[in-house]
Amino acid sequence: MTSPREFLISPSPHLWRGPSVSRIMYLVMLALVFPAGAAIYFFGFRAVAVLGVCTGAALLTEYLCKKMRGHAFVMDGSAVVTGLLLALTLPPTVPLWMAAVGAVFAIAIVKEAFGGLGHNIFNPALGARAFVSVSFSLPMTTWVKPTGFAVDVVTSATPLSGASGWPQFDPAAYQAMFLGNISGSLGETSALAILIGGCLLLGLRVISWRIPATYIGVVAILAFAFGQDPLFHILAGGLMLGAFFMATDYVTSPLTNRGKVMFGVSLGVLTMLIRHFGGMPEGVCYSILFMNAMTPLIDRYTRERPYGLVKRAKSAD
Amino acid sequence: MAGVILKKKSSPYGVKVPERKLTAGKPIERAPFPDKAIISLQQNLGAPCRALVKRGDRVLTGQKIGDSDKFVSAPVHATISGEITGTTMVINPPTAQPVETLIVTSDGTDEWVELQPPESPADLSSEQILSRIREAGIVGLGGAAFPSHIKLAPPENKKIDTIILNGCECEPYATSDHRVMLEYGEKVLSGLNIIRRLLSPEFAYIAIEDNKEDAIDHMEKLIVSMGIERDVKIVPLESKYPMGAERVLTKLILGREVPIGGLPLDVGVVIHNVGTTQAIHEAVVEGKPLVERVITVTGAVRNPKNLLVRFGTPLRTLIEFCGGTVGKANKVILGGPMMGFAQFDLDFPTVKGTNSLIVKEDTSVTEQHCIRCGRCIEVCPMRLMPTLLANCAMAGRYDECKEAHIDNCFECGVCAYSCPANIPIVQHIRVAKRELAKRAVKR
Repeated sequence: MTSPREFLISPSPHLWRGPSVSRIMYLVMLALVFPAGAAIYFFGFRAVAVLGVCTGAALLTEYLCKKMRGHAFVMDGSAVVTGLLLALTLPPTVPLWMAAVGAVFAIAIVKEAFGGLGHNIFNPALGARAFVSVSFSLPMTTWVKPTGFAVDVVTSATPLSGASGWPQFDPAAYQAMFLGNISGSLGETSALAILIGGCLLLGLRVISWRIPATYIGVVAILAFAFGQDPLFHILAGGLMLGAFFMATDYVTSPLTNRGKVMFGVSLGVLTMLIRHFGGMPEGVCYSILFMNAMTPLIDRYTRERPYGLVKRAKSAD
Repeated sequence: MAGVILKKKSSPYGVKVPERKLTAGKPIERAPFPDKAIISLQQNLGAPCRALVKRGDRVLTGQKIGDSDKFVSAPVHATISGEITGTTMVINPPTAQPVETLIVTSDGTDEWVELQPPESPADLSSEQILSRIREAGIVGLGGAAFPSHIKLAPPENKKIDTIILNGCECEPYATSDHRVMLEYGEKVLSGLNIIRRLLSPEFAYIAIEDNKEDAIDHMEKLIVSMGIERDVKIVPLESKYPMGAERVLTKLILGREVPIGGLPLDVGVVIHNVGTTQAIHEAVVEGKPLVERVITVTGAVRNPKNLLVRFGTPLRTLIEFCGGTVGKANKVILGGPMMGFAQFDLDFPTVKGTNSLIVKEDTSVTEQHCIRCGRCIEVCPMRLMPTLLANCAMAGRYDECKEAHIDNCFECGVCAYSCPANIPIVQHIRVAKRELAKRAVKR
């Protein structure tokens, strides 16, 4: 018989269930394999280099920050996810040192300076993308046609930046946009790859449908209301990547179900306002960052009525 | 037969826990009587009892040895015959306070006091029934151990229209209620009839999770054979934790939410565990006080069993009777794994509220920061924001916890169970509740 001291005392519950934080991060990484794969397929070695540099720099920065703060470095995968996501938002021709600066900024400033995983207000990858965009605006708006593994590059406008007024696209162009054979950021061109990754996350119940569905839905409705082609607005720019992988970031999006819907709807409205009336061709990044800042407020006002809170409206019937 | 079993109900809240009902098919066996019964004088929610006997007294099985004149209390009885050989202090798990405890050293005869069954149970008045229930020391055997005679005598202004008999047993591992329904089903229903007589409700429901098909079928047959199929219905429930919580049951079965800080009787409902009504039958019809109950001894023991155990039997005796621990068993839990209390001392006695004894191997987990995934909010049956409560509790912002209705939490543990960051959310909530209670006393 075991002696008394060998028995553990701990508060209930005495059962725990995964998924652990790192498992969730690895599932997101798994889903990111599809957009990252598409990026490599369409942009070749450049994509490999940017993805590698961002991920490496993010991990290294995380390690150094933890050391500086005197915390243990835990390989929870979150830095890798941030690095990958940042890389996917950058143009293929971005100088590698710029990508590295972005990754360092994402981890050191946007994430660790606020307290690390779980405490950051803004999505680290998007915060860094915004930082890099305003700091180095020319290289961040130079777009090239997909090259595969060829060396020559041909600059070209993205569908959104090229579109003045109401674009008219033929079916072949839509097919290219869906598959990703267009110019744009590394990871945002292939709607198909993002959809596969996004559906994986939905199917594994890592993310909720509420944010992506309302976000994309509202963009489509507003595009229609503005007399434009909804499908074009869904497929163009960073909407798909943003809706499935950025806006669903747990840390920076609302906790409550109603809050998630409100978040998605607001994102759709903001994105379309920026695209339609704003000076920039694309608004996904700034919309999400803006709504990140609104998240605590949304959480506060979208709490569910607790069980048994009698408001005289619906008591025992 | 038609119509006894109602439509199955399920809840959007709660979680599917691994059931691990190792002992579901094992008939109830009698556990050996202890050489020394360690009888806590507080085995109920409410006031502790005073000892009615002193060192050196000889007591008989079923003899009342502790009682209280406080309203919320229930007497305790000797569970074996023998001599009072001393007193000690034992920690009462729910309150974590030491309680005076009597030690009865067995004389090996298990000589009972003379039981006084009524000549005609059907002729007893309500007062006589309630007094018999009280004198038998009956408390809720689902785990909370609230004195039953109080639950069965609601204030005049509270009209009870529904009784729910709780046979859910949603905690993993536990099978005592399951076996009680299968083996003592007649007594369970007879006890239900007694409380129906007391409260005269319009309806009585028996709530059973659908992982106990055999119990549902058995209870259906008994209901029909007793001819009460018009008044007593069975509600099968999806097997999900915490289905068996009182407030979850009132919502699921009747669509009524118990007001925050209130009791089921505030919405016209009284809920009793199946083991409790069995005990009520024995008290009222057989005149037998509550000295034993069925306890599931399971987990990392060689032969998991359902045991009929006299209160005061040390945990060690039960574990040894089940062949001892196996593997790297390092945790002993009184009650279910979701809401039970870890025990470090195998000399600790079983009490009325002990429905299972689980031995298990626990691996330590590392607590991480909350990543705001919202899983705790999705599963909370009380629709609270557990992560917010835990965060505020950690920061000492107890007023915010109160605003967020922390008192609504009944500590079922689904939040902590679901947390990817392994945050002991329930523990943080308990700390905040305790601090708030302290402040309330000061004012």
